Amino acid sequence: MSTPHHPQLDRDGRLQHLLTLEGLPREILTSILDNAAPFLAVAEREIKKVPLLRGKSIFNLFFENSTRTRTTFEIAAKRLSADIVNLNISTSSTAKGESLLDTIDNLCAMHADMFVVRHASSGAPFLIARHLANIGRNDIHIVNAGDGRHAHPTQGLLDMYTIRHYKGGFEHLRVAIVGDILHSRVARSQIAALTTLGVPEIRVIGPGTLLPHDCARLGVRVYHDIREGLRDVDVVMMLRLQNERMNGALLPTPQEFFKVWGLTAEKLALAKPDAIVMHPGPLNRGVEIDSAVADSPQAVILPQVTFGIAVRMAVMSMLAA
Amino acid sequence: MNTPAAPELPATLDAARLSQELAAQIRPRLRPNTHLVGLYTGGVWLAETLAEQLGLGAPGVLDISFYRDDLNERGLALAPKPSAPGIDINDAHIILVDDILQTGRTIRAALNVLFDYGRPACVELAVLVDRGERQLPIAAQYCALTLSSPLPEHQRLKLERGAAGELQLRLER
Repeated sequence: MSTPHHPQLDRDGRLQHLLTLEGLPREILTSILDNAAPFLAVAEREIKKVPLLRGKSIFNLFFENSTRTRTTFEIAAKRLSADIVNLNISTSSTAKGESLLDTIDNLCAMHADMFVVRHASSGAPFLIARHLANIGRNDIHIVNAGDGRHAHPTQGLLDMYTIRHYKGGFEHLRVAIVGDILHSRVARSQIAALTTLGVPEIRVIGPGTLLPHDCARLGVRVYHDIREGLRDVDVVMMLRLQNERMNGALLPTPQEFFKVWGLTAEKLALAKPDAIVMHPGPLNRGVEIDSAVADSPQAVILPQVTFGIAVRMAVMSMLAA
Repeated sequence: MNTPAAPELPATLDAARLSQELAAQIRPRLRPNTHLVGLYTGGVWLAETLAEQLGLGAPGVLDISFYRDDLNERGLALAPKPSAPGIDINDAHIILVDDILQTGRTIRAALNVLFDYGRPACVELAVLVDRGERQLPIAAQYCALTLSSPLPEHQRLKLERGAAGELQLRLER
């Protein structure tokens, strides 16, 4: 079967689904970031709500646990006046044996306008998008809220928003991504976006067991020494150690990981003095990041959360339009 | 050949003169708590000019992109701008400022944006040109030029701002 070159763009080149940042043109990435700014202003009002998506039905389909991402999508949808329904998958028909696509068909019959999908299997949102195309439902949109090890595009976008907010642009930056790259869909989305937006130097830093073996193929510089890797960077993007995705002896103890790979003030001092520290959350204090760094003025972890809502509002509005 | 119903308008209108005319209409009805709020983009330029002519503070700005009624047809505007009424609008006398008044839909949306910021004492509307063809029961209290008959549909009246800040009203035929 032939698949279109850009399964997430419609015939006019407009965003139909947001499945991955890989292959998305720079203009689209930039327009999402541009559109997010005014939504940030909406959140600062007493009435934090605009009628843009009034009457739209959005379903949060989280086949894998998440509190933050699910909640921020929910808040984003509510601030756009959409009706959002959270499906509790663990107690739903899926647990009774219903297939993914049967679940989708049922929700289509309930007149869904958008699905926000998180799934432990890489590619699940693509499968749903292809299914919708096959049944002629191009009016329904999908936002990938994280699929397996593959992609987490809205996280990547909110990270880009954060970088642009604090650094003013991308073309002059040296960015380091530190930690468990192997299991990280966040890292993959970050690398795709940073590359498209023109960051000249992207470094990935981590132990050999937690880096994909063909990492350098992505156009990044690989460092197995965190001190060497952090030297003179403008942005430090920490990753969470994904214990739930690990089986086997990839790691010593968390304490040992912290000793070698954890971000401490002493290691951060090797970066540029005005370097920012980011983290997608949830934080494992004392594992990948020291509390003193997480709470320092250089950390922009909480602004990331605020920006995330505005970015998700922008994505949902652009899809539903 | 289609003859336009409207009397021929010149290709450019003197926006500076029209805005002075508008300021003259507003001036006698200014109150201590009058505040101008311009609608992006032309209305913001006009509001800035009027505020200067009337000796008022910096005008507020509104973007109606998130309150449009035609999202499904037209999509989200390219790069909407943040709205900022500029003051606490509760109990203020607000004059909404826009360049061209036509269907009234923009003003309907602007009123909704405004009321999400508070409850003004009253709201009036000032426009440079009223080209008629209203689709909603909305009227301007201050208007520098009212076209007596509708322009052909494809003709657009557009306010432009030059490098030196001068306003020009152009008719795109």
